Amino acid sequence: MSLRIEVAHTAGDFALDVHLSAGAGLTALVGPSGSGKTTLLNVVAGVLRPDRGLVKLEGETLVDTAARLWTPPHARQIGYVFQEHRLFPHMTVRQNLLYGRWFRRHVNGGPAPDDVIGLLNLGALLGRRPMQLSGGEKQRVALGRALLTRPKLLLFDEPLASIDQAHREEILPYLDRVRSEHALPTVYVTHAWAEVAGRATDVVELSKGRVVFAGPATDYHRS
Amino acid sequence: MTGLSSDEFTIVWLSLKVAAVATIVSAIPAVAVAWVLARGRFWGRGLLNVLVHMPLVIPPVVTGYFLLRVFGRRGPVGAWLEQYLGLQFSFRWTGAALAAAVMSFPLVVRAIQLGIENVDRRLEESAGTLGASPIWAFLTITLPLALPGLLAGLVIGFAKALGEFGATIAFVSNIPGETQTLALAIFTQLERPGGDAAAMRLAWLSVGISVLALIAFEALGRSFRRHRS
Repeated sequence: MSLRIEVAHTAGDFALDVHLSAGAGLTALVGPSGSGKTTLLNVVAGVLRPDRGLVKLEGETLVDTAARLWTPPHARQIGYVFQEHRLFPHMTVRQNLLYGRWFRRHVNGGPAPDDVIGLLNLGALLGRRPMQLSGGEKQRVALGRALLTRPKLLLFDEPLASIDQAHREEILPYLDRVRSEHALPTVYVTHAWAEVAGRATDVVELSKGRVVFAGPATDYHRS
Repeated sequence: MTGLSSDEFTIVWLSLKVAAVATIVSAIPAVAVAWVLARGRFWGRGLLNVLVHMPLVIPPVVTGYFLLRVFGRRGPVGAWLEQYLGLQFSFRWTGAALAAAVMSFPLVVRAIQLGIENVDRRLEESAGTLGASPIWAFLTITLPLALPGLLAGLVIGFAKALGEFGATIAFVSNIPGETQTLALAIFTQLERPGGDAAAMRLAWLSVGISVLALIAFEALGRSFRRHRS
């Protein structure tokens, strides 16, 4: 697997200009607030249309502004776990989990609903509404929902940021279980290095919209 | 003051039919326009906004006159509809329903638009990343969450359609049994010497129907909310 990104995008006085590629495994995308991490994920997911550039996933071109090519998000098969859970409030946990399944019913592979429900320990929550869940439970559902869309790539945007400190540790083992069961390439945005230490295979560090480090995690030393 | 006379029954039945048809027929276009106005970013959006709100600001009689010129038997649209679809508007109850729908349209659109604008756009984004095209995201996420606005829009539309007067009388005249709705019948009785008592009965009927409609929609809204939480 390979993800190749070469994009330039300006919004107000913020300018993103990055060239990078990510391989299999977990790529940690780090950097201070406002360095463009979320903007970059949004470009990859198709939520944001960049001014200029190219995005390729497994050889398939998703964005090529020079060729006027742009694949809308619903046609990208990329699982996105947002900073806030973004669960659908009018649906039960079960309906949230299966929401994307229907749209990808002609795609083969990917984990089965029962496996994901077991893996993320969601069995007891299926009949509940998002309002009745804790922050950690919501993010587990959001993760399960993304996994069940048969994604080729998983994007995490500070998935623990909306969970209080005491419960963050509870979620990390689930992330590890997902990664060991389903070897999905992952881009993980965080500014807490501890979340990805020992998990990341590669690191990309952004600062003010530019790449300041890109390489294997073993070569990355935080100053 | 016993039951309804057969004339009164005709008037009430016609009014309900006109208001219900006007509300039902305009519901889908109103949702579509509300969506475009709430979420669309395109050239001409401002123009569409002005166009939709026109019936609110120009005199109803003028709207009725325009409808007559366009949808009348010799109007460009009216002639076409009659020839190819057998649909006739002028001096028919269908015309009264069209006038009511046009007059209530801006109010219906506004209420639905507010409902849609209250839905978190980020939920639509996440539906997109889960595989839903914009239309699907709208139907499965935005519309159900905007249901309170949709219901409010339909209530206001129905009430407005029930009371429409100016555009109706200009477009389809005041024909008993065909286009004479409650509002027009009250007007007729007021014009007639000694028609006061009849006008009063009709006035109370119209108040009663409006209150009943409001209660029914309120109950409907409550059952939807209960169903959801």
